[in-house]
Amino acid sequence: MTTLTKTEGEKAPTGPDSFLSVRDLRVRFSTEDGIVKAVDGLSFDVERGKTLGIVGESGSGKSVTNLTVLGLHNPKSTTVEGEILLEGRDLVTAPEKELEKLRGNKVAMIFQDPLTALSPYYTVGRQIAEPYMKHTGASKKEARARAIEMLTKVGIPQPESRVDDYPHQFSGGMRQRAMIAMALVCDPDLLIADEPTTALDVTVQAQILDLLKDLQQEFGTGIIFITHDLGVISDMADDLLVMYSGRAVERGSVREVLRQPKHPYTWGLLSSMPRLGADVSQALNPIPGSPPSLLNPPSGCPFHPRCAFTGEVPGDRCSTERPSLGEGRAAACHLTAEQKQSIFIDTIQPRLR
Amino acid sequence: MGRYVVRRLLQMIPVFIGATLLIFLMVNVMGDPIAGLCGERQCDPATAARLEQEFGLDEPVWQQYLTYMGNVFTGDFGTAFNGQEVTELMATAFPVTIRLTLIAILFEIVIGVTLGVVTGLRRGSPVDTGVLLLTLVVISVPTFVTGLLLQLLLGVKWGWIRPSVSSEAPFDELILPGLVLASVSLAYVTRLTRTSIAENRRSDYVRTAVAKGLPRHRVVVRHLLRNSLIPVVTFIGADIGFLMGGAIVTERIFNIHGVGYQLYQGILRQNTQTVVGFVTVLVLVFLVANLIVDLLYAVLDPRIRYA
Repeated sequence: MTTLTKTEGEKAPTGPDSFLSVRDLRVRFSTEDGIVKAVDGLSFDVERGKTLGIVGESGSGKSVTNLTVLGLHNPKSTTVEGEILLEGRDLVTAPEKELEKLRGNKVAMIFQDPLTALSPYYTVGRQIAEPYMKHTGASKKEARARAIEMLTKVGIPQPESRVDDYPHQFSGGMRQRAMIAMALVCDPDLLIADEPTTALDVTVQAQILDLLKDLQQEFGTGIIFITHDLGVISDMADDLLVMYSGRAVERGSVREVLRQPKHPYTWGLLSSMPRLGADVSQALNPIPGSPPSLLNPPSGCPFHPRCAFTGEVPGDRCSTERPSLGEGRAAACHLTAEQKQSIFIDTIQPRLR
Repeated sequence: MGRYVVRRLLQMIPVFIGATLLIFLMVNVMGDPIAGLCGERQCDPATAARLEQEFGLDEPVWQQYLTYMGNVFTGDFGTAFNGQEVTELMATAFPVTIRLTLIAILFEIVIGVTLGVVTGLRRGSPVDTGVLLLTLVVISVPTFVTGLLLQLLLGVKWGWIRPSVSSEAPFDELILPGLVLASVSLAYVTRLTRTSIAENRRSDYVRTAVAKGLPRHRVVVRHLLRNSLIPVVTFIGADIGFLMGGAIVTERIFNIHGVGYQLYQGILRQNTQTVVGFVTVLVLVFLVANLIVDLLYAVLDPRIRYA
């Protein structure tokens, strides 16, 4: 298995700009109920200065994938296979000391809930300064100045006085900004944003997204943007990866995937989203059923129990054979290109109006 | 903060009066102070009546209490059974007990918290199971058994320490009694810290700290331990009072002439003055310890602000 994975990884085209490339990543948790296949054979690349969006339902393995990149999973109950190459170095096998040097320095992470992700007992300034002091060896004074600079950059008013505030004295939006300031304090090359705007209202959300884009332009940071909000992703990302049940089911540029989606799951995601211009009387079309249990995922295509188009595929291929995801613009589905085209135009597109 | 402290100090007054009144009533109503003065023999009625008048025991209880409290506020706690001033007894007993308590608290903090952190981080490991089992044994075995056993083994059989403490009770002689006194609380501190650490270990801010690239020891000490200490601080704060007054068994075993020993003597000889005097001071110790714990919360957790 391992040798196969390795050869696959070597064959995969890693462009000159590819900063992070994940190859055939498999993450398993052993729980009391059995083994959870949280991520099952996932591959993707992130380029410098570009944003990769990852969308999917809760429990589709988005967050786990990115925690694994930083090595934040619980090493006792988790097995990780495959490769996570950061500038050609494999992070899966890297020793803890080496990861420590990367974390917060080259690769930083913005967490979902800024209230619980910030330590309640230290001032915001100190928490921002902490990684800076660790990675650059700066003095307390320099680090404080840097923290104020970062707070200014993320748009906190009166940063000189707010730097000594505790997280509970910040509003939700400000906490998320502080979180971003903390992630960016060492000018990371890769930023993983795990649903950074989920807890925020839309106006603050727009500000945060603008901020991330500005900072990306300034520093050329590669961003992995995890969300389940397709509106946000269309605004933020260059490339898009749709995940379902721990696997990538569709990949392409944001424009391609959102305009010409090729996987029934992506169709479902798009039709279940309310539209501002749509007729009020028009019902939304949710995907029937619920996400599969990762303890024993369905055989074949993991989406087949919820898919409305399994009848179009000859035989029982959907429930027996796992569709593969090709390189580049691709969707893991047994439907032929022509079938997809006609289903999309006849059934799906009218729903999206 | 200042106003909060003043308010808390004012709240102490009714608690203090209530507690002393209760103990005064209990000792006066239930016991017979005169009987104690006559020793083993029965007092003859004439002497008893004379003594009662001399000590003002023929007056109503509320008047006795007022007189007593009035004296207490002028620093007069009365005389003990052997004619010594109670304040004198306190002056010799309290330094000894404070030393003993300090040693016990130190054991609780150093050993208890360390074991708690280690087991909390390695929940389910053999170390964890071993320590848990040990704490269970320590909690379930009464202090007098551990105390006597250690005294017998270390003091008598192997001769590592002096089996009984001299009247000066220097720090080095109090190490074993301190450990015995701390043992049960130490086990609780270990368990409290363990639970708290294990609970906070998976929290988001600890993950953030790791994601920032901080080394493990820094994550554990700075972020994890700091956040896990509040329940432990509460326990240790409340324990100070118990250790000061509840050392009766330990002090008896090792012949330490501290507060517990004097209280025991006072109760044995039905000496009201000694018992009420010592308990009054212990009530104060409890109240002050609780206030300090509450103030420590604000130091540990910036979200708590007293106004």
